[in-house]
Amino acid sequence: MCGIIGFMSRKKRLISGDRIAIALDSLKERGNGQGSGYVGYGIYPKFKDSYAIHVFLDNVPNYDEIREKVKNTLEKYGYVLKDEEIPTKEGILEKEHIPWRFFYDFDEKYRDIEEDTMVKIVMEINDKIDGAFVFSSGKNLGVFKASGWPMEVAKFYKLNEYKGYMWLSHARYPTNTRGWWGGAHPFNLLNWSVVHNGEITSYGTNKRYVESFGYKCRMLTDTEVVAYIFDLLIRKHKLPVEYALNAISPKFWKEIDNMPEEERKIHEAIRMTYGGATLNGPFAIIVGTHEGMMFMNGDIEKESAMVGLTDRIKLRPLVAAEKDDLAFVSSEEAAIRKICPELDKVWMPDAGMPVIARIEK
Amino acid sequence: MEKVKENMEVILDAKDLEYRELNEKIHKILNENPNVKKIILKNVLGQRFIGNGIQKKGLIIEIYGVPGGDLGMFMNGPTIIVHGNTDHAPGNTMDDGKIIIHGSGGDVTGHSMRGGKIFVRGNVGYRSGIHMKEYKDKFPVLVVGRTAKDFLGEYMAGGIIVVLNIDNKGNDLGKIKGKMIGTGIHGGSIYIRGKIDESQLGVAADIKEFTEEDRKRITPYIEEFCKEFGLSDELKNKLINSEYTKIAPISKRPFGKLYTPDLR
Repeated sequence: MCGIIGFMSRKKRLISGDRIAIALDSLKERGNGQGSGYVGYGIYPKFKDSYAIHVFLDNVPNYDEIREKVKNTLEKYGYVLKDEEIPTKEGILEKEHIPWRFFYDFDEKYRDIEEDTMVKIVMEINDKIDGAFVFSSGKNLGVFKASGWPMEVAKFYKLNEYKGYMWLSHARYPTNTRGWWGGAHPFNLLNWSVVHNGEITSYGTNKRYVESFGYKCRMLTDTEVVAYIFDLLIRKHKLPVEYALNAISPKFWKEIDNMPEEERKIHEAIRMTYGGATLNGPFAIIVGTHEGMMFMNGDIEKESAMVGLTDRIKLRPLVAAEKDDLAFVSSEEAAIRKICPELDKVWMPDAGMPVIARIEK
Repeated sequence: MEKVKENMEVILDAKDLEYRELNEKIHKILNENPNVKKIILKNVLGQRFIGNGIQKKGLIIEIYGVPGGDLGMFMNGPTIIVHGNTDHAPGNTMDDGKIIIHGSGGDVTGHSMRGGKIFVRGNVGYRSGIHMKEYKDKFPVLVVGRTAKDFLGEYMAGGIIVVLNIDNKGNDLGKIKGKMIGTGIHGGSIYIRGKIDESQLGVAADIKEFTEEDRKRITPYIEEFCKEFGLSDELKNKLINSEYTKIAPISKRPFGKLYTPDLR
């Protein structure tokens, strides 16, 4: 269950959010109206070098107080340049939460450790402030999600008013945990965003693993932990992306045994060191980032990238496609063709092998 | 609704129709025009369940576009021709009839098929032919032009799967990549053109000798495949006279002692 689709322009062409909404809407049969969400990269050009922090505030009469607590936490480390309610359209969804956004800069003294500090702030707010959840904390990007059908959520947030060069989206069919605004995808931390179809049966192991590094899982659903694993492995531990993805969707021991010596040692090391990061269970995920990634061949990608990955025995669908500068990854080909009828190339990626789209140099 | 023409052919534009609407329209056409011979669906995009449960020998449903999952599920009799790729599980638990896919089939193509034939010119996804079964005169057949992803014929209990391993022009695609072929297979046979290593097999699958008897068995299906996709006689002869790897069950009950290894 669940439908996912993402696309990026490899030339960083800005594309209106209504395109991703139309595509996701065509996957609505894969969801049940209990959670839909989007993330757009490049949508806040006016504040592109500042953090855009999206927060759900409980819709209670004293929500001002909750917001002030969030603001006070932020102001311990820097400056709020602007804050406002995220513009929404009335009469579409029951407003369980008030989505609020802060554009934010760190104080000079935190500049060198601002990403770690931002992670700390997000965890602190989600853990300590009752009635507030940070659901987006990157630069020049924003998550928009709620309980509802894809088109309802898109109209609620007026997605057509945003333009981005990369969009990921998700239509949810909650299975193991209840549907709520914070449980809708994408899950985001810093510049990482994850949409996920499947279930992570290793959630307990993964949660304990990331929590031992200071992350706190507070969104009451499994996918959250995937965003933290990406942050930990790629940003913090600086693993080449291919190795990180191998840690998440590892090779079978039988395959590892048959590898040439050097490769075998690397894969053994990955499995032994990062056993806690291995995602067990069926999954297809799309990850978006402009966090910066290192590739095995030594390439360093400072720009944005989109990664599609399934579990190694392919228990969830994933289709990839290309048209000119556009790269797509989706649960179904039809959703891609809904917004781009003529494609140059369509293929089904191999299980456990990533599809990575990068900005053209 | 489009009028039924003299030649009993109906054209239906599926653009922006929900799958329920589209399928209701198809059923309405069939109910109101018992003599209809062909339904042509244009602009199909992601609509699921097309042709589900239709019991009508001789009916042709021709699809332009990319139909959604479970195409021709429980179908008994009609022929569905798809000019495009399909999503998951075309021919799911199909009883009789034919599905011809000019593009590629998604994951679990031919899922639990119990009769009829599926011909795919392109590739098929993971777990194709899973749970195919046969009983008396019911005998499902899946023929794939290019290649199949892993777990081909998983838990297969009957029928035949043939993988031809040729590209769109008929050239050989080389070494087959599929892994876990025939995991849990306990009936039926899989024929893959070319060589397969033991390491590519799943639990319970075995490589058997490909005999002239086997060649005779698969020849009519290869001929039908070539006819449906208009392939040359030269290519047809090459495919018929190629070497295949036959994969079949080690035993009828490979997991009979999985939970009770000590019991006899």
